[in-house]
This record gives sequence, C-alpha cells and structure tokens, in this order.
Amino acid sequence: MGHPVPTIAALLCLLILLAGCGRPVVTNERAAESTDETTGETTSPNVESSPELEKAADAYEVYVADQMVLMDKHTKQFTDAVIAGDLERAKELYAPAREPWERIESIAAQLGDYDPEIDAREGDVPDDEWGGFHRIEKSLWVGGTTNGQEKYARKLAEDVDSLRGEIGGLELEPADLVIGSVELLNEVSAGKITGEEERYSHTDLYDIQANVEGSEAAFEELEPEIAEKDPMLVEDVEKGFEGVYKELEQYRQGDGWVSYEELAESDRRALSQKVDALAEPLSQAGQVLEKG
Amino acid sequence: MGDGKISRRELLRLAGAGGAGLTLGAGGYAAIRGTADAAAVPGSSTVPFFGRNQGGIATTQQEHMHFAALDLITDDAAEVRDLFRAWTEAGARMAQGDPAGDENYSQFLPPEDTGEAFDLHPANLTLTFGIGPSIFEKDGEDSLGLAGTKPEALAPLPPLTGDVLDEARSDGDLCVQACADDPQVAFHAVRNLVRIARGIAVVRWSQLGFGRTASTSKTQSTPRNLMGLKDGTNNIKSEDTDLMGRFVWVPDGEGPSWMAGGTYLVARRIRMLIEVWDRVSLSEQETSIGRHKYSGAPIGKENEFAPVDLSAKDENGEPLIAEDAHVRLARQNEDERILRRGYSFTDGFDAERGQLDAGLFFISFQRDPLRQFVPLQQRLAANDRLNEYIRHTASALFAIPPGPREGGYVGEDLFRGI
Repeated sequence: MGHPVPTIAALLCLLILLAGCGRPVVTNERAAESTDETTGETTSPNVESSPELEKAADAYEVYVADQMVLMDKHTKQFTDAVIAGDLERAKELYAPAREPWERIESIAAQLGDYDPEIDAREGDVPDDEWGGFHRIEKSLWVGGTTNGQEKYARKLAEDVDSLRGEIGGLELEPADLVIGSVELLNEVSAGKITGEEERYSHTDLYDIQANVEGSEAAFEELEPEIAEKDPMLVEDVEKGFEGVYKELEQYRQGDGWVSYEELAESDRRALSQKVDALAEPLSQAGQVLEKG
Repeated sequence: MGDGKISRRELLRLAGAGGAGLTLGAGGYAAIRGTADAAAVPGSSTVPFFGRNQGGIATTQQEHMHFAALDLITDDAAEVRDLFRAWTEAGARMAQGDPAGDENYSQFLPPEDTGEAFDLHPANLTLTFGIGPSIFEKDGEDSLGLAGTKPEALAPLPPLTGDVLDEARSDGDLCVQACADDPQVAFHAVRNLVRIARGIAVVRWSQLGFGRTASTSKTQSTPRNLMGLKDGTNNIKSEDTDLMGRFVWVPDGEGPSWMAGGTYLVARRIRMLIEVWDRVSLSEQETSIGRHKYSGAPIGKENEFAPVDLSAKDENGEPLIAEDAHVRLARQNEDERILRRGYSFTDGFDAERGQLDAGLFFISFQRDPLRQFVPLQQRLAANDRLNEYIRHTASALFAIPPGPREGGYVGEDLFRGI
C-alpha cells in the first residue's frame, strides 16, 4: 500500500532530478567544440583528468593521424584508378580505401564539412551537391562505368588530403575516446547492419570490421584506467569484442569480405546482437571520466 | 541546481533519507500533487514482488501486457543464474515504481534506467519470469548441465490440429511477462530487463497486448475479446484458493523441488480472421461460441453467469448449445480447468492479405499442461466451430518458478548447485 516517502524528501528528489535533466551532458557537440580548441583545456570542471587519461588521448591522436595517412594513400590509389578509367581496379580499391575512414569516423566526421563531402549517401544532400565515395560507388556498381566520375574523384582526393592536414592539429580529450568508441558501434547498429551504407557495392563488412577495430583502438587506450575502476567491465568488453570478431570471421574471403548480400536476415540479426552485446558494457566506459 | 552533475549519492544525501531518493515513482508524484496517501492516486498501487508465487498469475489481471521470449547466447549456467539475480533485483525495484538501477545521474554514463517510467505510477506492475524446455536440452545437447532437473510437465506441446505455427514467434529459452495498468510501464519493464540481459540472452520474439481478455478476480467484470465476445466468464478466480491449488500451483513433491509453488505458462498467439468474422451473422457468431454475444449468457439464458446446461434442448429437441460450440467443448472435462490470462493484440496489417493482423494472445497457467491444456486444446482444435475464424500462429511453453523470497532470486532452487 502506497509509499512511505517523506514529502519533503520526495519533493527535493524531483527538483534535483529535473535540474539534473536540464544540464548539458557530454555530447558530440561538446566533443566537437573541444576539438576546435587548440588549448586542449578540459571544458567541464567535473571531468576527471589525470596524466594517464591525457596519455590515452595523446596515443589515440597518433592512431587517428596514422589512419589518416593510410586513408590519404589508399584514397589516392582509388581515385587514380577512377580517373584512369580502370573500372575493375577502382571497384577493387573502393572498400579498402574506406577502411581507415571507418576506423576513425567518429573523430574525423566532426571536422568541418568533410563528412558530407566524403561520405554522404544518396539523398543525404541535394543531388547537385552530392559527391564523395558513394557517388562514385553508384557509378561503378550501378552504371558499370567510371565515365563522368573524374571530377568527383579529384574532389575526393583533395578533401581527404586536406582532412589529413587538419587532423594533424587535432587535440583529443579522453571524452572523445569514450564517446567515439561507442559511437563507432552505434554506426554499425544504426546504419551498417541494414546494408544501407554500401547499398550499391555491398561492401558493408569492410566498414563494419573497420568500425569495430576503431572502437577497439579507443578502448585499448582507456583500458588501464577502466581496469582500475572496474576490472569486470574490461572483461565484459573484451569478451564482447571477441564475440563480434568471431561472428565476422566466418564471412572472410581472400583479403576481404563476402558481399553483404550473402548474409541472410538471420545472419544480420546475429551480427547485430553481437554488436549490442559489446556496445552495452562499452557504454559504461564513461566512468573513467567521473571524479573520485 | 548548483554546479556540476548530480550523482545518486548526492541525491540521497540531499534528500536526507537513505533510500527515499529511489522512490521517485508513485510516492514522489503523489507527494508533489499534495496527496497524502499515495494509494489514493489511481495507478499508484503496487503488487508485492516477493512471496510464495510470482506475480502476474493470481494478480487481479491488469489492462496491458508486454511479453518477451528470449534465447540464451551463453552456455554458462552461472551467467544464466546471474541474469536471474539481476532480473530479480531490477524487477523488485520496478514493481515498487523505482528505477531499474540507481546510477542515473552521472553525466558520463548512459543512465542505468532508461527513464520513460520516471514520472509514471507503478500501475500494479508485475513481472513473471519463465524457463522454456530448451534450456534443458537444445539440438540434443544439455549445454547448461541442467537436464537432470527438467520437470516432466515441461514436455514440448504435441502438434495440434490446425496449427500454423511461426517458429520465429514461438518457444524461447526464457520469458518475461510484464503486466501493468499502464502500457508504458509494462514496456519500460521489458525494455530494461532485455537491456540487462544483453550479452547473455537476446529477444526471440515479443508481443504487446492491450486489453485483458479474462478476469482473474471476482472484483472484475468480464471483458470482451476482439470478436466482441465476453471472454473468461467461467475462468478460475484467484479468490478460489482451492481451485488455484488444484489447477494452477505446483504442490510440494510434484516434479522437481525447484518448481514447488510454481506453475506452467502456455502462450498461444491466436490470430482472428477478423474480416471473415465480421461477415458472419449474429446467429452464427452466437452458435459458434455457445453464448449470446451481448449478455454473455449461455444460449437460451439471460444472465452471463447462469450455469451452462449442456443438455438443454430447444422446442425441436435440438441442443441449445451446439455440439461444436466452443463453450461445450471447453467444458467437457472438469479436470482440465486452467487459469486464463490473455490479452488482445494487433500487429497492424498483414501486407500479404491486406487484412488486420489481430486476435487473442492467449495465456494460461496450469499445474500440468499435459493433463490440462493439451487434452482441452486437442478437443477444441479438432471440433471447435470457432476454428473457422481463428488460426493458432505461435505457441510457447514455460515453467514459471515459485516467487522469490526476500533476498533471494527467481529460480534460486534450480540454480543453487551452480
């Protein structure tokens, strides 16, 4: 019967709760702002900051920069093939060129307009503004031609090159690692599992594997700090990564992956649930940022 | 409020009363509204979570249901045990109108509770946890090492005439039935329990039910199902403790000891061929069920609760209640009584036929499905005149362990040795 709650206590709780709800949380926007800063100052006084966490962020900056170098190189090879009119080679180089992007997408996409320029899907932007990887993808796989793609190829190579330049000056904060690692998995859950990302080439498995790798790279940098606060969580997350990789492993083909069309609905669901099983504990990694 | 995040610890400190901060459900809301007695606020009442039996069985039937069946993705019985522990803890909290977990105020973490029930009443939420036959043996393997404890009564239901079962919507290793008088409260409970299970179990199928199609208490009137018929007039009522003991609860010494005080749940997704039914004359509708549509009274009687006289004849000597009427077939054997606790459902339109996909999500509780539900349904499936208007499209069977004791957890006696 009822609740023996002191009225004042309940009232206080509700007020506090409402106030709590209204406060800004650590979001992408905040992370984006922070990356614009060059000082690397922590924006919230409540965020735990330690030399170890700063070191983790620095190490991840190196990872992001390395991936950008790789992306620049592979994208250039891809766009060269498109410009040379070599359809088969262009199709071969398409997915590998995207892998580094997919590993660091959560960070790279925060810079300027690079995300829509490089990675917009058909319908994401007005057609006359649509360029980047997916515009060329459609021509290669649906049109079966490189004709008319030179301008998109040149622009893509330029954008990636200039992104590489900008990313070198990026100052990451520990929060970016926490958010980024989960966000990459959310990318998989929201857009990749359905096959909508690579709707013409069906190379989604390249993206998915790369997203998971990028997520793991961020987690690994944070791992010592997480282990200190919650060793069980590290175990759960590691088990989660293992589960996803094992699920993916069966779809390997040569140096790459089978077409995503070969996955039955039940296969996609199984993969999706493995990602959920990983992302749930990983979403608890934010506790390393909490003081005390 | 000041600066910085509000942690749960601070919240408790500020509230000045350990534990009070948790109770943002009914109590908090009622207090804000200036209502001294929380129980006086509609929907604020709660159903005890701990006790001899689980809730959601003898509980006066709530208006809404969210049912989920899950499949295990682990072979480790200890993980399943830990899941039941976590479910029990979260379930007990939610049944009180409290959040599923208490870490909801860190700015750096996703809140432990998903939040959509925060300012809702507990709405008599009950959670009923079950265990499917497949946890004892799957594909010929006893991967959890529990086969020795499997109750005989949990034998898979035999195929029944007319079944067109969708495997993907049938069976399951575990189940959760959430019932509440507020659909969002029921949804919230299942959502949070499924979240807690992530990494151990995944949803196999789920069903939302709106509108109870039975009454389980003498205080309730008989509701109508989507055929417009009163359903469950002759149901066992929880006040009849003799009948509950005889037909619903597993007594001590029957089957494995971990089931004493438990029961068995049969779920059947019964799609009604709505468009067909709607073209059937009132007379044929009434003949099919064996009752008058509006009063619910047996054919030839005026009162819903008038005794059903199966031998009554009309002036031509024909039985008043047809030989193949649902009510006649359902009542032929007094030993096969069951506690019905189903809900109406709709899953929108069936794109293939362009017809309503709706019907009755039948749930029954019984002490032994093989001696109660199975013979009853075999007779109905073979002869029931209503079969022309319905299809059984999914089926599931679960053992429902006894209720958890305070400090214990659901299924404790099953997992004790692990």
